[in-house]
Amino acid sequence: MKRDADSARGQDVGGWAREGEWTAWMRAANSGDSGAYRRFLVSVTPHLRAMARYRCRVAGASEGDAEDIVQEALLAIHLKRGTWDQSRPLGPWIAAIVHNKLIDSLRRRGRHVTVPIEDVIETLGAEDHADGATQGELDGLLAQLKVRQREIVKAISINGSSVRETADRLHMTEGAVRVALHRALKTLAALYRAQTA
Amino acid sequence: VKTADLIDVLAQDAPVRWRLPSLLAVAFAVGAVIAAVIFMFGVGMRPDLSVASHTMRVQFKFLFALTLLSGAAGAVTQVGRPEFGRSGLGHASALGPWPFVLAVAPVLLVVAVVAELIAMPARSWMPRMIGQNAIFCLTIIPALALAPLAALLLALKESAPARPGLAGAAAGLAAGGIAAILYASHCPDDSPLFVAAWYSTAIAVVVAVGGFAGPRLLKW
Repeated sequence: MKRDADSARGQDVGGWAREGEWTAWMRAANSGDSGAYRRFLVSVTPHLRAMARYRCRVAGASEGDAEDIVQEALLAIHLKRGTWDQSRPLGPWIAAIVHNKLIDSLRRRGRHVTVPIEDVIETLGAEDHADGATQGELDGLLAQLKVRQREIVKAISINGSSVRETADRLHMTEGAVRVALHRALKTLAALYRAQTA
Repeated sequence: VKTADLIDVLAQDAPVRWRLPSLLAVAFAVGAVIAAVIFMFGVGMRPDLSVASHTMRVQFKFLFALTLLSGAAGAVTQVGRPEFGRSGLGHASALGPWPFVLAVAPVLLVVAVVAELIAMPARSWMPRMIGQNAIFCLTIIPALALAPLAALLLALKESAPARPGLAGAAAGLAAGGIAAILYASHCPDDSPLFVAAWYSTAIAVVVAVGGFAGPRLLKW
């Protein structure tokens, strides 16, 4: 069931039907459109979830871990999006990022796996709209952040506040909140890496 | 944290702060300038450079180092992309001309060495290869390469290399190329035999350091 090279390169075929949309949203996001960025993340998540579930099943890991893997992959897509060359198709870039994180996550869970990248491309075509509840790996990592950073992440994630509202409430400037938020996300990625099985 | 809530957080951090090509360009420039300043104050050009640079041997030294540097620079711009070197992603054609440029450098070297061997009597081969400054060459090229290597590795830390070891080695090759160009304007040993023996060894040391540092520093 290997897709041919053309579809892997991003022609709108089968499960990749959304790649054209994703590419447009990511371009807009890169020039600062956070609404487009949000639409992209929301749209790509069910695909990440379907793939993570499938991979956990194959590797013999608990399927409950899948959502934690999805979150780690989303964070990696977020922090590494400056490495996407806008003149190239987005699909292979996403597949490569997700492939890398998938292997890291499963390894941390004591599953030594090899995942052919063709399989990642293949399974990214499927969707899974679960409710997105997790085992709480990210919560554990959040607890290790500095107090201020944790407050900012929680304000935005739990209360759904914007950067501006968070800044007002914490008596910080918007710029300071943005910097602290970005640092917090980078720290979370480092904490994921530092975890051992 | 539900995934939908995480997405809210990520969306609030939407603006991209950097793009890999610009980050690498800055690292290149900063590293090269630091190396050049150290070179000018600590080592210096040879006094007869303006005359010597008319000779083919000296021109070859620069040509070789420049070819290596441009090939390596092209490689560095690619190794930080996560899909670089992945099979199944069908990208070989999109690499650009740098693999070809990189392959030209050793060919140039072999041609120059053969020409030297033909042109010069056998008894002069060894003295030409050993030269006067072999140890200096082996020390100064890696030393000058340190700043560019550090700058490039720092930039690549923000990237997502599929193969961190390869990425580090490419950074080492580019840094070694910068150092070799600077050193070539100092070194009085102009024979291609010297370049083949010592420049190559010195650059290989830098590549090895980069290849060693890569997997340790560039994991993401």
